[in-house]
Amino acid sequence: MSLLTVDELTVTFTQRGKPDVRAVDGVSFTVDQGEVVGLVGESGCGKSVTSLALMRLLSGRNVKIGGSVVFDGIELLKLRSEEMRDLRGSQLAMIFQDPLSSLNPVVPIGVQVTEILTRHRKLRGEAARKEAAVLLEKVGIPDPTRRLREYPHQMSGGMRQRALIAMAVACAPRLLIADEPTTALDVTIQAQILELLKELVDSQGTALLMITHDLGVVAGLCDDINVLYAGKVVEAAARRPLFAAPTHPYSVGLLNSIPRLDAPRGEPLKPIRGSVNDNIAWADGCAFAPRCDHYTIECLQGPPALTEALTGHRYRCVNPVTTHEPPAVIATEDGR
Amino acid sequence: MLRFIVRRLLQLIPTLFGLSILLFVWLHRLPGGPEAAILGDRGTAQQRAEIRTTLGLDEPIWVQYGRFMKRLASLDLGTSIQSGRPVTEEFFTRFPATVELALTAMVIATVVGIPLGYLAARRRGGLLDFGAVTSSLVGICVPVFFLAYLFKVIFAVNLGLLPSSGRQTPGIDATHPTGFYVLDGLLTGEFDASWDAFAHLILPGLALSSIPLAIIVRMTRASVLEVLGEDYVRTAEAKGLQENTVRVRHVLRNAMLPVVTAIGLLTGGLLSGAVLTESVFAFGGIGSFIRTAIDFRDYPVLMGFIMLIATTYVLINLLVDISYSVLDPRVRVR
Repeated sequence: MSLLTVDELTVTFTQRGKPDVRAVDGVSFTVDQGEVVGLVGESGCGKSVTSLALMRLLSGRNVKIGGSVVFDGIELLKLRSEEMRDLRGSQLAMIFQDPLSSLNPVVPIGVQVTEILTRHRKLRGEAARKEAAVLLEKVGIPDPTRRLREYPHQMSGGMRQRALIAMAVACAPRLLIADEPTTALDVTIQAQILELLKELVDSQGTALLMITHDLGVVAGLCDDINVLYAGKVVEAAARRPLFAAPTHPYSVGLLNSIPRLDAPRGEPLKPIRGSVNDNIAWADGCAFAPRCDHYTIECLQGPPALTEALTGHRYRCVNPVTTHEPPAVIATEDGR
Repeated sequence: MLRFIVRRLLQLIPTLFGLSILLFVWLHRLPGGPEAAILGDRGTAQQRAEIRTTLGLDEPIWVQYGRFMKRLASLDLGTSIQSGRPVTEEFFTRFPATVELALTAMVIATVVGIPLGYLAARRRGGLLDFGAVTSSLVGICVPVFFLAYLFKVIFAVNLGLLPSSGRQTPGIDATHPTGFYVLDGLLTGEFDASWDAFAHLILPGLALSSIPLAIIVRMTRASVLEVLGEDYVRTAEAKGLQENTVRVRHVLRNAMLPVVTAIGLLTGGLLSGAVLTESVFAFGGIGSFIRTAIDFRDYPVLMGFIMLIATTYVLINLLVDISYSVLDPRVRVR
């Protein structure tokens, strides 16, 4: 059985006097023990909302969540909020996009690390401080005892993200959700942070759900990839088949839009035309149709179903891409 | 930190210097003078002139100002024209009353206002929120003297629960080493006197707290709403922390920053005397004394009191800045 099974998850935002917004529209995927799964898509496709819904961090009367999220045999969406609090931080942990705004500016880093140790591992006082220093050391923060006394604004962006990672892995969670963990960082720091995440999940046996818009990040890290578009998974496959033979025109577009160093000078970039604002409702057909190069009249006859190919490749498209332009190869050093 | 405090205290000198010039000019430009107040309608022109000469008011204004500054250098603020007692003495016998009243009002406003503002923000759009926002608007709109009379009529006159005026019940024999009546009773062991003084503070304190309370409720509410949307609160929730930890350490601590400033400024404002409340409850603080001093054109008292109030205000602000730098490590005191 999978560690995490998300089935037909829907998230709807309601606002009085305005039409409901369905940010996540029936997303299903699984994460196995120790596996790294990518959730990829452009801004506004529902990937962050999905992750917050999994953690039950979307609250308020104007949010409706449907479907099911089963973690280790427990239905998270039906859990009492106190029980969910016990799981958060200990079994399920999360890293966010902007490390500066994600840290409390007026509380020392040390307290922000030890508070989670106190909460879930019952460590107090000196024992908690020692463990916090060990954690900071583990995520590559030099001189950890001094750093524990510092405030977030005294650290660099990379250090802050490392501190957040230290908090997330403090209780050796079984699932770590990383929501665009490198977006706010320099490219050189990005690589270090990804390397660190990879090491940590490998050594702790933690499963990682990587949420990103950056295909370069998934290419180097993920075992399985789910491509999200307008709140639905439009393509799901293991990393190699997805990069070698993307089937959904949106995935193809995403891969083609990566700028390539070997492209001739002056060759224009190839963005996907239009924007998410051009979408049509899934009920009327494929939401991506107005932006799609493979668009046919059939695309407008109801929502496309998820088709499973023999290779295990799943896609939601009535006119998939079959002949490929040279596959976009993104450097990967190992054969995972 | 020490350098910061010293520098701020030195800044007090030019501030007070500028203020003294402005005040001096303004006050002496007021129509009438102490001679009119002393003699009333009956005085002859010669009598008026004599009084002006005795008080030194016939000299040019810069000479008078020079004399004022010379005295000030030896910390002498002159003598009250109405009472003939030194201005500093008049001030320091009345100031404790004002301080007691202002602190009572601010304690009420803070202790009620912060939790109420917090709850209103947490239940945004709910009944409590609506009630807090509406009543705080009423609190700002209703004149303080009206509230003061209302409280006095209901609680003192009709229900007879609390004393209606003064700082102490007349029959009570208490010694006052500091002038802060509640504190005095505690120091001398006369607890009944202390309790009596405290009872006298409740109604004026409540009346005076209405505006600061309303402001604190609204500021806390707005500030908490803003902080609740911050990423670090989400991080704290993602760590599975207990609700109370999230509430106190991550929400309130940040939300308090602007509120602390407001509390400081409001306290400073109340310390400059609550004329209306003091008058209604015959409380005898500096506010009501300033009012009579204005009627009397008691220049030394007005000058002295206002300078001392300004000093207090600056000191309170200094305290706010210091506490701010303690609460928010990003604000480095330099």
